[in-house]
Amino acid sequence: MTASMNHPKDRPWLMRAYSGYASAKESNLLYRSNLAKGQTGLSIAFDLPTQTSYDSDDILAKGEVGKVGVPVRDHEDMELLFDQIPIENMNTSMTVNASTAWVLALYVAAAQKQGANISKLRGTTQNDIVKEYLSRGTYIFPPKASMRLTSEVISYTVNQIPKWNPINICSYHLQEAGATPVQETAFTLANAMGVLDAVKESGHVKEEDFPNVVGRISFFLNAGIRFIEELCKVRVFSKMWDRICKERYGVSDPKMRRFRYGVQVNSLGLTSQQPENNIARIIYEFLGVVLSKDARARSVQLPAWNEALGLPRKWDQQWSLRLQQIMAFETDLLEYEDIFAGSKVIERKENELEEEARAEIDRIQEMGGIVPVLESGYMKQQLVESNTRKLRQIESGEKVVVGVNQFEEAEPSPLTADTEGSFYMVDDSVEAEQIRILEDFRLRRDKEKVARALDHLREGIEKGKNIVELSIECARSGVTTGEWGKTMREIFGEYRAPTGVSLVAADVSQAGEAGKVNERVRKLNDKLGRNLKILIGKPGLDGHSNGAEQIAVKARDVGMEVVYEGIRLTPEQIAESAMQEGVHIIGLSILSGSHLDLIPEMVKQMKKRGLADIPLVVGGIIPEADMKKMYHAGVKKIYTPKDFNLNDIMNGIVDVVAQANHVEL
Amino acid sequence: MDFKIEDVFRGEKKAVAHALNLLEDRRPASLEQNKMLIEKLSNNARPSRHVIGITGPPGVGKSSLMTHIIREYRLRGKTVGVITVDPSSQRSGGALLGDRARIVHDPNDEGIFLRSMAAGSHMGGLAWRTRHCLTVFEAVYDIIIIETVGVGQSETEIDQVAGTVAFIVQPGSGDILQFMKAGIMEIPHVLVVNKADQKALAARARNDLMIARTYSQSALEGWELQLVMTSALEGWGHKELIDVLERHNMFLFEKGILETFRRRKRIEWVIMLFRERFGTFGFEVLGGEEKVRKIIAREDINNPLERLQALEKKVFFYTRST
Repeated sequence: MTASMNHPKDRPWLMRAYSGYASAKESNLLYRSNLAKGQTGLSIAFDLPTQTSYDSDDILAKGEVGKVGVPVRDHEDMELLFDQIPIENMNTSMTVNASTAWVLALYVAAAQKQGANISKLRGTTQNDIVKEYLSRGTYIFPPKASMRLTSEVISYTVNQIPKWNPINICSYHLQEAGATPVQETAFTLANAMGVLDAVKESGHVKEEDFPNVVGRISFFLNAGIRFIEELCKVRVFSKMWDRICKERYGVSDPKMRRFRYGVQVNSLGLTSQQPENNIARIIYEFLGVVLSKDARARSVQLPAWNEALGLPRKWDQQWSLRLQQIMAFETDLLEYEDIFAGSKVIERKENELEEEARAEIDRIQEMGGIVPVLESGYMKQQLVESNTRKLRQIESGEKVVVGVNQFEEAEPSPLTADTEGSFYMVDDSVEAEQIRILEDFRLRRDKEKVARALDHLREGIEKGKNIVELSIECARSGVTTGEWGKTMREIFGEYRAPTGVSLVAADVSQAGEAGKVNERVRKLNDKLGRNLKILIGKPGLDGHSNGAEQIAVKARDVGMEVVYEGIRLTPEQIAESAMQEGVHIIGLSILSGSHLDLIPEMVKQMKKRGLADIPLVVGGIIPEADMKKMYHAGVKKIYTPKDFNLNDIMNGIVDVVAQANHVEL
Repeated sequence: MDFKIEDVFRGEKKAVAHALNLLEDRRPASLEQNKMLIEKLSNNARPSRHVIGITGPPGVGKSSLMTHIIREYRLRGKTVGVITVDPSSQRSGGALLGDRARIVHDPNDEGIFLRSMAAGSHMGGLAWRTRHCLTVFEAVYDIIIIETVGVGQSETEIDQVAGTVAFIVQPGSGDILQFMKAGIMEIPHVLVVNKADQKALAARARNDLMIARTYSQSALEGWELQLVMTSALEGWGHKELIDVLERHNMFLFEKGILETFRRRKRIEWVIMLFRERFGTFGFEVLGGEEKVRKIIAREDINNPLERLQALEKKVFFYTRST
């Protein structure tokens, strides 16, 4: 006899795979094939230019078109993306933040064209700007303006698309940026409170509808490898959210207070060494968010085993989907009630997490809430510090990562034997083709209508009209993503968030390896006559700055003078800064896969300024096959996620600088 | 030298950068070149240059304020050179230099040049070689802005290099009283309440600053400490700020203070170099710091490095004879 006899079997969670490829047409084919395989929702990845509201032919978009997702510039792209897919029946999740209002507008316009009933649409827009400032980096506007946009998307959907989840508040990226479970919980809940406060303040939602707003807030969590603690974390999230909804917002209906969340398990912790082990990591991390029925994820997407090596192929994604299907349909998990109810051990851990998280939330509230705290750089600095601590533990071996700092000896993996073919490669011709399609669209549309719609957008915003509604008119009139973005930038201004890096406390232990590197730096300084000065930055639109930040902090800690340039720079800006600053070396971080476009441009810009003899080193997810090309272009050293030992990297930098200046150490 | 001095004067950025690299070079072999370079640069300092110090505690929005200041000066047709100074770790010697990227500007604009410097073990709010490097900027740009670390009592040196000092605070920070106690409030000519869009708090900061006026030393020269409110968020107050900065510059010029100031600046530079080289021992040998100052003031100081050499000879002479 099994316990299942008394308990009706639960419905499984929604199984998603994050995807989006090179073009709307190709992505459409992929979605259709995934839906046919039993995937139950769509999760759309947009390319970085779309996420930051640039057209494919913008100078900042160079090398990024179609790289991490699909480019969507106008209503035709969106219509093509959903060709033969009935939008009304879909549950669509869209990873878009700073430009949510625009992408949602394109989606609504496409649905209307299919004849869908808008009020029936279901899905989620990520629309969470806070974590963009803290980790992911695709913000555009200053925090206050961003909060207004977020809040207007919410008031639009609550009034027009009641089943839509207008915001998916992410703790996912905070964990990637180094957040401890306490920080993840506290920062995320403080973020949600900031959003709800903004909606309330705006007055665009009727008092009696406010519980619906609270009820539509959903979350996107990360699940790390310490899965017991992660399990406690999701349970604490549920408990605390319930209390916040009840006490702060007076929501009486318990259904509206439910902590609804989706998960992608940790993908940054996946290793490129012995990558097949990642399958085990993915499964254990998955356990943390499905085991406890009371706090079970509503949707799960699992990364592919080889993500640390390059962009996964369809087969890799299918493998991850199968892992979920086996858990849901073969195991007996869904037949039981919460298996942790009454566990003393779990309860104790929960209490501990909750207490600390609450103290941190109080601190943020005392500092004036989420917007001033973002502007001050406090949270960012806390995250960078946590991450530094974590990496130091991996480096010292205190934290074991199998295949990386222990059990490194391994048989050759047949799975990665054929590297050329084992990744999805974006065809080099994609960008040119996409620009051609865009130019063609621009020629065909009614220019006057476009200009009128943009005028309406400008005037409407001033008058306080809803931005999504104004944007739908733009979408229908043939406005492009870049044009919408440009207008919005003119209205709200652009912003560069605090990097948090300069506030991070120095590593006081100059003992051991770090001390030795420091000695070498000092010796080199004397020979150079000036202190070793390094510029660190990220070219392109990718905003995942954790790696660059850690390198910057470490470089300072071993005695270098670090010009940290931050994210979203053109090669031209970087070369210009390097020249004005008189640096000895440039370090670039590139994760979006656009290294083969950005590096030659970088080298060109350096030559133009007479900096050909300044060495260039690159860190990022660089497939083996591309390395040769990059060395050939003039890159002196390449670091990949395999190189977790920061002291080694620092020594490498010292060597490269010494060599470039003909100095012996 | 791997650049032409004419290119520096023309404001060619590559040459400007090279000149700065050379002036930061501490190898004894570079000393002669440095001396020559400073001589040429000093002889070519722009008479109309205006050196502005920007200081204030971290987190008050200095970077975004700088963005607006630079933009406004460029609109008025002035070229702008910027030096930002950040602290160095006393243990490792390393430093994280500014949020350079947060000062938003056009990298192709030939009229803007930004350089970050690490303070090293140098005390006083500037970097070890800021004064040397300043000679380059003074020969090339109309407006020179020096942004210092802004950490309290170490801010004293900015007073010796900048004709106008602006102190930035954030409304409601409560910092202001601390700064008064620390004596920082004696220095600035302009007080800026940034992020003044937070209305209620801004009013409070204004009150604090009114009190601060009583601490201001500039009143002695006949300049009343000015107060400007700005909001980077809503984009206002920057024109007024530039107007005030320009007015102070005009005031210095008309009162003849500018000449005295520039002279004093050079004297203090030599004093600093002397202290760096000989410490208190050197002052003792020559009869005390004030005496040394008098010796320096006796002659024109076109080239501080040369003046230092003259003093060196004196020190060696006396130490040999005793």
